[in-house]
Amino acid sequence: MSEATLQVFIDGVVRYFRHTSHKEVEVGTPYLVDNDNPAAFDYTGIIGISGPTKGCVYFTASRILLKHLLLSLGEGDTSDENLIDLVGEVANTISGNARSEFGQEFMISVPVVITGAPSNIHLPQASRSYVIPIYWKAYSAAVVICLS
Amino acid sequence: MLKLMIVDDSNIIRNKISRGHDDAKFSLVATASNGLDAIAQFKKHQPDVVTMDLTMPEMDGIDCISTLMALNPEVAILVVSALSDKATGIQALQMGARGFLLKPFTEEELENALNEITEQVDV
Repeated sequence: MSEATLQVFIDGVVRYFRHTSHKEVEVGTPYLVDNDNPAAFDYTGIIGISGPTKGCVYFTASRILLKHLLLSLGEGDTSDENLIDLVGEVANTISGNARSEFGQEFMISVPVVITGAPSNIHLPQASRSYVIPIYWKAYSAAVVICLS
Repeated sequence: MLKLMIVDDSNIIRNKISRGHDDAKFSLVATASNGLDAIAQFKKHQPDVVTMDLTMPEMDGIDCISTLMALNPEVAILVVSALSDKATGIQALQMGARGFLLKPFTEEELENALNEITEQVDV
């Protein structure tokens, strides 16, 4: 994966937080991980990618980050249902925004959200994923990109 | 007062649009979380203005726009989507949508987009 491709997703994360909160997000140095040990926090929104590029993009975040992000959006209901909704919407927005670079053939699915154990995330064992660490206020999250 | 319907599979986005529209100009008459539900709500409430997500379960926004335009060619549809490629935007406009608002968006951007697409709506 090229540096330019990674930058598309970094720009998407920065844009999302810039539009939805008054606090800029900090992006850490991206790194590679083996797919047998995927990174995950409390909630994970996964977008399946099909077309010429295949794989998935997911946004994973702690419960506390999502609660504060909901409040920044003006949403006072921080129920589990809305946390699940939000983590899926962030993943959908970042993936959808990437079509400015990849075009219409970068087909994205509706979000699938999982909570808790990273063992529930199954990625192709033959490849590796890029993790983009995200720091917002005092909280951590990540965007993970697993594309062929 | 224009009758508004919000279509998006995210409850958070539906709430954000619901909070962000101008209460003096729009009356929210319905919300829907997918294209099929949107068509049913559209037939029941006959909204003047629709905000439409594109990536949704059951029926996506492009197919839904096509059906809504067949039911009422005068409806003003604002696409609100994260899909940022030009081809999708052009496709939505060719299907009959009047505007495209890229997610994420601010309340000011939403208000401006709704005002733009409803300038020529006959109240």
